[in-house]
Amino acid sequence: MYKIVSREQLAPKITRMRVEAPAIAESRKPGQFVVVRAREESERIPLTIVDSDPDQGTIDLIIQEAGFSTHELTHFEEGDAYQDVLGPLGEPTEIESYGTVVCVGGGVGTAVLYPIVKGMKKAGNEVITINGARTKELLILEDELRQVSDELIITTDDGSYGIEGFGSTVLQEMIEEGREIDFVVAIGPMMMMKAVADVTRPYEIPTIASLNTIMIDGTGMCGGCRVTVGEETMFACVDGPEFDAHLVDFEEQIARHHYYDEEQACQMEKLIDEAEEEKA
Amino acid sequence: MSEKRRKRKRRKKPERPPRQAMPVRPAEVRVTDFDEVAVGYDAETAVVEASRCLQCPTHPCVEGCPVAVDIPGFIELVKEGEFIAAAQKIKETNTLPAVCGRVCPQEEQCEEVCVIGKIDAPVAIGRLERFVADYEREHGEIEIPEVAPDTGKKVAVIGSGPAGITVAYELLQKGHSVTIYEALHELGGVLVYGIPEFRLPKKIVAAEIDTIKKIGAEIKLNMLIGKTRTIDQLLQEDGFDAVFIGTGAGLPMFLNIPGENLNGVLSANEFLTRINLMKAYRDEYVTPIKVGKKVTVIGAGNVAMDAARSALRAGGEDTEVSIVYRRSREEMPAREEEIHHAEEEGVKFNLLTNPVRIIGDETNTVTGLECVEMELGEPDASGRRRPIPIEGSEHTVDTDMVIVALGTLPRKFISSTTPDLETSDWGTFIADEETGQTSKEGVFAGGDVVTGSATVIKAMGAGRGAAQAIHQYLSNGQA
Repeated sequence: MYKIVSREQLAPKITRMRVEAPAIAESRKPGQFVVVRAREESERIPLTIVDSDPDQGTIDLIIQEAGFSTHELTHFEEGDAYQDVLGPLGEPTEIESYGTVVCVGGGVGTAVLYPIVKGMKKAGNEVITINGARTKELLILEDELRQVSDELIITTDDGSYGIEGFGSTVLQEMIEEGREIDFVVAIGPMMMMKAVADVTRPYEIPTIASLNTIMIDGTGMCGGCRVTVGEETMFACVDGPEFDAHLVDFEEQIARHHYYDEEQACQMEKLIDEAEEEKA
Repeated sequence: MSEKRRKRKRRKKPERPPRQAMPVRPAEVRVTDFDEVAVGYDAETAVVEASRCLQCPTHPCVEGCPVAVDIPGFIELVKEGEFIAAAQKIKETNTLPAVCGRVCPQEEQCEEVCVIGKIDAPVAIGRLERFVADYEREHGEIEIPEVAPDTGKKVAVIGSGPAGITVAYELLQKGHSVTIYEALHELGGVLVYGIPEFRLPKKIVAAEIDTIKKIGAEIKLNMLIGKTRTIDQLLQEDGFDAVFIGTGAGLPMFLNIPGENLNGVLSANEFLTRINLMKAYRDEYVTPIKVGKKVTVIGAGNVAMDAARSALRAGGEDTEVSIVYRRSREEMPAREEEIHHAEEEGVKFNLLTNPVRIIGDETNTVTGLECVEMELGEPDASGRRRPIPIEGSEHTVDTDMVIVALGTLPRKFISSTTPDLETSDWGTFIADEETGQTSKEGVFAGGDVVTGSATVIKAMGAGRGAAQAIHQYLSNGQA
């Protein structure tokens, strides 16, 4: 069992969990993820490791409630324990000294982005971070990102905070203004990563995206996380989760994401029914 | 032999009962659930079957068994009604008799060489093995083997499939301390994620594996060696004196044809893992499973049969399942028994048919499989007749789900983080066939990770050999 040492509500439906997992805390690197199973009957859910403390033997996960299983994971309390945590999985981010790196995060993707921003800064890059959310109240990790970025730009879709609009648009403007950019990291919803890839492609700025795919084991066995990258089929769990954003078939990924929507909706309905029964 | 002579010969000898049939549940009943297909012998049938054994002095069956079970010995005990003693006799060399009695291909091992088999049907060794193992378990008397005094030596066993379990069992008995590292959340490897409940009930797997916990194995689940810890860390930092790698072949192969990443195209590994390990067919489990109305399984090995039959069960009454295979029935690698059961349950066989493209709709979901018909030419490197496409035979098979069951390869977590371990072009570890010794001192390997996907019993055979070699290595520094 993997004890939850602390639980913090970062925004509506976005929770930070600090979980005891000493072996993972010791070996993880930025960009890697874990697979978590809340209880015996639960799904195995992949979640990126946001931070770790090898001395305390803990890892931090940021989880957004998006369906039944993430609802379950975020409703564990401090002192509770997850049944299983496996990791670190996937290949770490290739952190090097690139020069100027722009890190674009959208929604809860910002959580995945944070350790990469931290790593890029530590490697001596000038790091510009664009942190985007739908609205101000859904924005996460602003302070943390400010501390590890040379420049932090906030965007919200509705203009409730920072610049109104998308991170990809801000990036487009930066490029048009002639700012020298050597490397771009985009992590967030598929549509957002696709938009960033479309912005940087004509300028041939190396760009990576981190894919959050359907997977079961997370160790290369199921192939549920298949992604077409250029001409090749890759497994996000072992070859990724980061890929050359210019080569990823995002349309295919968007379709794959929705494959189990019906089943997820069914589970949610069950959950709502149960809650209502409890009330009554 | 003429018909007349055969008759005369039979009259002289005492009458031998026929090979006792395995009772199975009727096909139309069993496809509605995931309960076991074969029911197993009762005591009376087992004794009759055991009486068919000649107790021949050459006992080629023992040679035919990868773990050299004393087959005539245990069968004699069955004949005498000493079922528990019979089970214990098997367990002198086989850790998992209830598993092996169910999934071993006896027809190409012990039973193939059975002396009676030359004149009659061979003794049903597998069915007897299953019977005594079940009898022992159901009578609550699973024997716990004696353990030698602690040697002070520590062995890490990577992977808890048939190979790893065998190594752990043997080394624990010899007094070494053993830690098993398993990447998944349950012990058993392919026995729990791959082979379906209706062929191998998971509670039976758990009961047999439980013995290694009882004799002191330390179990570490959710540990992916190569990621969570490396082999070198185990040897240098964690104090292990030797390591056995039994990580199997988990990476599914695909066809590399257009359309393979469409929604509704799954590896057999994914489909079976959702059902077996994640128990998607049970209401209280959350993992979703989707089954089409027209399911196509590509491949014709045991895993393909498992996937096809699981699809029938998970899909319900209006689900049709067909196998698409590019060679003919004769070349199908699955066990005859599995093919027969699949046929009985209503799986259709599209033989001499090769898929060339998977077709999808505007939502990226599979709608059809373009195939070409094949004919058999001259034998190829595998000795099987090479399938050749028939020109102009392209046609589209209507399907809404494609399950790819083309075999698996070892994964690279350990090879990529342990550069001094030699591997083949296929990614399998190069290891001595008898001892499992790899190119790295103190590191042994066996099972599918060395041979590529094979059988449970071959992995157990490799495990036995490796355990002996590891014991020697720990005793005198030489494998």
